[in-house]
Amino acid sequence: MIGRVFRAAAAALVLGAGAMAGPVQAQTVRWTAAADANTLDPHSQNIGSVALLLQQVYDPLITRNADLSLRPGLATSWTEAEPRRWRFVLRQGVRFHEGQAFTADDVVFSIDRALAPTSNYGIFVDTVERAVKVDDFTVDIFLKIADPILPNKLASIFIMSKPWSEANNATRPQNTRAREEMHTVRNMNGTGAFRLVSREQDVRTVFRRNADWYGWREQGSTEANIQELVFRPIASDATRIAGLLSGEVDFVLDPPLQDLNRLRNAPGLRVLEGPEIRTIFIAMDVFRDELLYSDVRGQNPMKDLRVRRALYHAIDIQAIHRTTMRGFSVPTGTFFPPQVNGYTQAQDVRLPHDPTRARALLAEAGYPNGFGITLDCPNNRYINDEQICQAIAAMWTRIGVRTTVRAQPLAPFFAQIQRDDVSVYLLGWGVPALDALYSFQSLLATRNGAQGDGIWNYGRYSNPEMDALITRMKTQSGPQRTEAIHEALRMYREDVPHIPLHHQMIPWAMRANLQIPHAANNQPFFRFARMN
Amino acid sequence: MFAFIISRLLQALPVMLTVALLSFAMFAYVGDPVAIMLGQDYTIAQRDQLVADLGLDQPFFVQFAKFVFNAAQGEFGLSYRLSRPVAQLIAERAPATLELALCAAFLALAIGVPMGVYTGLYRNSWLSRFFLTFSLIGVSLPTFLIGILLILTFSVWLGWLPSFGRGDTVNIGGWSTGLLTLSGWKALILPSITLGLFQLTLIMRLVRAEMMEVLRTDYIKFARARGLTNRAVHFGHALKNTLVPVITITGLQLGAIIAFAIVTETVFQWPGMGLLFIQSVGAADIPVMSAYLLLIALMFVTINLIVDLLYYAVDPRLRIGRGKGAH
Repeated sequence: MIGRVFRAAAAALVLGAGAMAGPVQAQTVRWTAAADANTLDPHSQNIGSVALLLQQVYDPLITRNADLSLRPGLATSWTEAEPRRWRFVLRQGVRFHEGQAFTADDVVFSIDRALAPTSNYGIFVDTVERAVKVDDFTVDIFLKIADPILPNKLASIFIMSKPWSEANNATRPQNTRAREEMHTVRNMNGTGAFRLVSREQDVRTVFRRNADWYGWREQGSTEANIQELVFRPIASDATRIAGLLSGEVDFVLDPPLQDLNRLRNAPGLRVLEGPEIRTIFIAMDVFRDELLYSDVRGQNPMKDLRVRRALYHAIDIQAIHRTTMRGFSVPTGTFFPPQVNGYTQAQDVRLPHDPTRARALLAEAGYPNGFGITLDCPNNRYINDEQICQAIAAMWTRIGVRTTVRAQPLAPFFAQIQRDDVSVYLLGWGVPALDALYSFQSLLATRNGAQGDGIWNYGRYSNPEMDALITRMKTQSGPQRTEAIHEALRMYREDVPHIPLHHQMIPWAMRANLQIPHAANNQPFFRFARMN
Repeated sequence: MFAFIISRLLQALPVMLTVALLSFAMFAYVGDPVAIMLGQDYTIAQRDQLVADLGLDQPFFVQFAKFVFNAAQGEFGLSYRLSRPVAQLIAERAPATLELALCAAFLALAIGVPMGVYTGLYRNSWLSRFFLTFSLIGVSLPTFLIGILLILTFSVWLGWLPSFGRGDTVNIGGWSTGLLTLSGWKALILPSITLGLFQLTLIMRLVRAEMMEVLRTDYIKFARARGLTNRAVHFGHALKNTLVPVITITGLQLGAIIAFAIVTETVFQWPGMGLLFIQSVGAADIPVMSAYLLLIALMFVTINLIVDLLYYAVDPRLRIGRGKGAH
């Protein structure tokens, strides 16, 4: 055994640096991220790390370009035949990776599966009543209410093979009551650009190019040449970057901000920056009559618009942008970025940084000496989340609102805010459906038990006018709907239910010979990538 | 002897139960698995359903009793995070951790003992001083820093060794081993050094102290008076007598190496049980965390038992004491 160690060590010495990088295959992308997907089931966990692997293998009916605009996927065309019936014409001659022919049955099956109680993708089919097969390559989707953004939502529903799912006893997403592991947790059978070759959770997942994929002939992919994808997650920040610097990794999805300058200056490496569809803001308990974590007794200062505005005025967003975020943020006065349908520049205006005005507003509201408050914050969820909170605490303390930061890892943090056990907290919100309704509904609608309404509204903001506008967003279409969104944005600006901070920017780090378009949903589309 | 084993096993039971209870109670504070499982979009009804499915709505002691009952049968349920059986997950990860731990322990012994002997014999040589300084670094630098420094040196600057992972593995009857491939050996070097460095310095200092102690005793003087060679005195008489505490400590430290491989595994993305545990903590994956903690407790209890038995075999006084009690 000892002899072996020494032989191995000696061999390592002799072979030297070049050998360690492994045989460099021109078109293999070795890629890493902090976390692996927890499951490969297409309808089980609606999380970015899962979609990251799913979207390489599975296709939706309607898919996205790198700029996130819609394009035909497994459906070649779609029309709103009636207000509550959409017709989808399917692509012919497509086969799943294991050989099954793709037909309308698979579409009906997959939409049913996404509608199942154990599905985590319900929000993307919340308006769907049922899907009906018209013929082998035509499907009608009947809706409960008119839904102008159905195509946007369906871009998140991946299509599975019905016979494959039935044969493997996976007709419903994983049920936690089950004692058995479901086939779909570690196996994939899609129609997409890459097919799964092997899967070792947390260690190595290998994909190979699906030469039969219809999309290779289409826009964006004609130059793409990636033959193999090897995904090896690395949890430790330092090791992830070391892997890139030492040549063991070609692409890092989530490089730590403090390493970016070093990576930019390293020979042969490149940092690609772009905006993310995620906005960071501060929300407040505006429901209770007395805050849980404050020294104000008998009243809730957050219910007073003047206090909310004072806290807003106190924030120097440019300082956060420059120092805390090192330039990697887009300060904003609203709560979703321009890529989202319904955004308008006119309402994206911040209250200016003005500590004097902030102090005056506090005095006017009856708190000339300020008050004490606890700001809750995750410390491993968003980019520099804890540091942002500390900066804000300092700014608020300067106007007399003595702020204590309570930063925790995401697991206890989310558990706590979901019990409404919070007074002021920092949250980030991504918009996968790319429509304003998704944000308004989850964050600002009155919580009433309906699907999606106010489920992330832990400050329990409730405003009947806002609710009315949200109802209009759900049912109306065209200019009327846009008008409702803009009106709601104006209300957001004036009523200050949140203090918006910035849209996140996401840097990707990679080898200079890898060409890949940046995508604002933080999903590298390797079907558009090229390695020289 | 048999009665001794039985009594130790009976003592182990409350230990295991206490560990189970403590770990289980602790989980109330690690976060809400439901929040993590549901993701961003759900209804209140879906949430309640999931809470009921997981049995989280039942009183604490009912949950605990169920857990102990199932654990006693080796049934730990499905991981919340990965939707796979916990026993299977741990069985998949155990080989990586065990290979790493054994390799680290081997390094610690193979290097630590000779260094200890040398520094014990030649207290004032410059090499001894160097070893002692070096051991101070090993004791005082935190593991993750050592790991990162090694990665920086051997992976990033020199490019000799991989910075993460296990290399290629070969599966032999369910045991995935990295010991049969070159890349597996290369991948093992840095993590083993990182993990074993503390134990190495500990063993070195222990052997040194014991050697110095033993070298002062009468029988060493008599051995020298008999005209034995230095070699016979140092290794035949002195080292042999220092090894009893060294074996004890090494046995106990092996448990510690396996349990505390967590940090090393995280730094090197070594796919062992420690990495699994850390990732489970992040997702509040209670079934995996409790199974892991129980397994570690069981391991410590077992190692302690073996060490006790070794004492029993080695030290005649223990046997006599027992014998008297039996009369």
